Amino acid sequence: MKLSLGPILYYWPKQQVLDFYAGVAESPVDIVYLGETICSKRTLMRTEDWLQLADKLADTGKEVVLSTLALLEADSELKRLRRICSNGIYPVEANDMGAVQLMQGKPFVSGHSVNVYNDRTLALLARQGLKRWVLPVELSHKTLADIQAGRPDGVETEVFAYGRLPLAYSARCFTARAHNLPKDDCQYRCLDYPDGLQLKAQDDTRFLALNGIQTQSAHTFNLLSELEQMRRLGVDVVRISPQSHKTEKVIEIFSKVMAGELDSSTGNALLEKMMPTGPCDGYWHGDAGMAQRARTAAEQMV
Amino acid sequence: MTSIELVCPAGNLPSLKAAIDNGADAVYLGFRDDTNARHFAGLNFSPAKMRQGIEYARQRGRRVFLALNTYPQPEGWQRWQSAVDNAAELGVDALIAADIGVLDYASDKHPDLNLHLSVQGSATNYEALQFYRDNFGVKRAVLPRVLSISQVKHVIENSPLQVEVFGFGSLCVMVEGRCILSSYATGRSPNTYGACSPASHVEWRETDQGLETRLGGVLIERHAEGENAGYPTLCKGSFCVGGNTYHALEEPTSLNTLELLPLLLQTGVSAIKIEGRQRSPVYVAQVTRVWRQAIDACKRDPDAYTPRAEWMQELAKVSEGSQTTLGAYHRPWQ
Repeated sequence: MKLSLGPILYYWPKQQVLDFYAGVAESPVDIVYLGETICSKRTLMRTEDWLQLADKLADTGKEVVLSTLALLEADSELKRLRRICSNGIYPVEANDMGAVQLMQGKPFVSGHSVNVYNDRTLALLARQGLKRWVLPVELSHKTLADIQAGRPDGVETEVFAYGRLPLAYSARCFTARAHNLPKDDCQYRCLDYPDGLQLKAQDDTRFLALNGIQTQSAHTFNLLSELEQMRRLGVDVVRISPQSHKTEKVIEIFSKVMAGELDSSTGNALLEKMMPTGPCDGYWHGDAGMAQRARTAAEQMV
Repeated sequence: MTSIELVCPAGNLPSLKAAIDNGADAVYLGFRDDTNARHFAGLNFSPAKMRQGIEYARQRGRRVFLALNTYPQPEGWQRWQSAVDNAAELGVDALIAADIGVLDYASDKHPDLNLHLSVQGSATNYEALQFYRDNFGVKRAVLPRVLSISQVKHVIENSPLQVEVFGFGSLCVMVEGRCILSSYATGRSPNTYGACSPASHVEWRETDQGLETRLGGVLIERHAEGENAGYPTLCKGSFCVGGNTYHALEEPTSLNTLELLPLLLQTGVSAIKIEGRQRSPVYVAQVTRVWRQAIDACKRDPDAYTPRAEWMQELAKVSEGSQTTLGAYHRPWQ
């Protein structure tokens, strides 16, 4: 199994992004997804900058995939999408059916926001040029096994295995709303929340994270304990979603567990210290997404 | 001005009749299972009732659309496949589907079946619409409730197919078909189960701080004594962000675009959809009657059109929290 690094879902200053990927270049990830997938107003990194970064990472031997917006509304967004889809060098991660349409006949990956819930869908996308699909995050290992049984030849399977879960997209910017600002005058407040803005229930339960127009889980989805099962299910790529601190350490832990150099419970204990809130893994087991089945480090110490 | 179709919800036969008797051009309905996105106890149609409904509509020259708009996983695939076959056999005027596998099966097996792309298909741009036309011959798409009115216009100008938009009813704040907040808290989402914030996972608790409503154990709302307690739809709850407690995602409110009607007609939409298959026949009758009158008035004289006060009052009475909004059509909402 290969290890991939998903696109940065947050808005970080340009230098932070460049420093982040300088570290990634040295890390054991095989595949790097690059680009803005949440909000077209986030332009500190322009398409040109992403393409330059792609070349740099490709030179270090990484497989680079260009990621695209999940929610396409304005014509300017379609224009940018066309430019990425016709880059001629790198495959594209389509996060919307508009991108799938533009990538017809060219190699593409379907991201987790493209609804592939059954093998008939997968077969149709494979006829369009699909090379790899990312399992939608709400689906379980049972459904994955069923889809894998009917997977077309030549299509790889990727699983989102670490990170705050992408749960919803909206026309409304919830980060701007939290500051009583309209989206058109958001003042780029998401720059202040490098891992999203936490949302709690009224009894202080940490529940969600607001990331502009995207809503995420407060808890970090973590399938480190399930790597062996993924291997048995024929998963080709395991995805880590970037967070603002210690992503390189997360990569290292996944890499070591995959290589058999570290056991997953030790790995989990280390990972949990780095999560903004704590772990969850319910979706993988067919439960509520926020549920946690793998034993937590604290429980294991009892 | 082109003709515009008023598409109304029918959760059961009495609602279907109420819609048609009050001026719906078409009704949409679903089977009694998880193949549609209003999979609620006691709602929807058996094939026999659906036959009666279709006959009732046909005799009056109206159309019937079948919603088959959830996402089958391999384990349940057979159920969706049978539902497509049943819909074709019943002779519905259109099948409203979202899943690519379902659309592929329907267009392959029943090439004469008229296909609409459900709002659950999350198509917000004309390139996506083109995909569904090229691959499955889809004739119409229902747009998610995330576009401003000028964006709707732009999509229609470039669209290879007819466009239907939501005019009234419960408001999804998130792009439909891509929101799994419900399954994050309960394990069940519109995509997988056909219901958002399912009643099976709702709890009402009297506490010292008031009546609490919970979903999957998560506190969604706290109501002071005497306050009206609404249904705990996850995205309409009160949460704490940055030290403030407020409706962080959206207020309990309904979409009402009655005042935008002349603009909507100008954009060239083919149909306006009313949400609410889960609502009562009385709701369906009231809302359909108002919208029929409004559309007719607007078509007669768009320049002189303004929503009548009694229409707005009538619609406010049946709205969530008695509040309405223009939603994403109105840019400042975003």
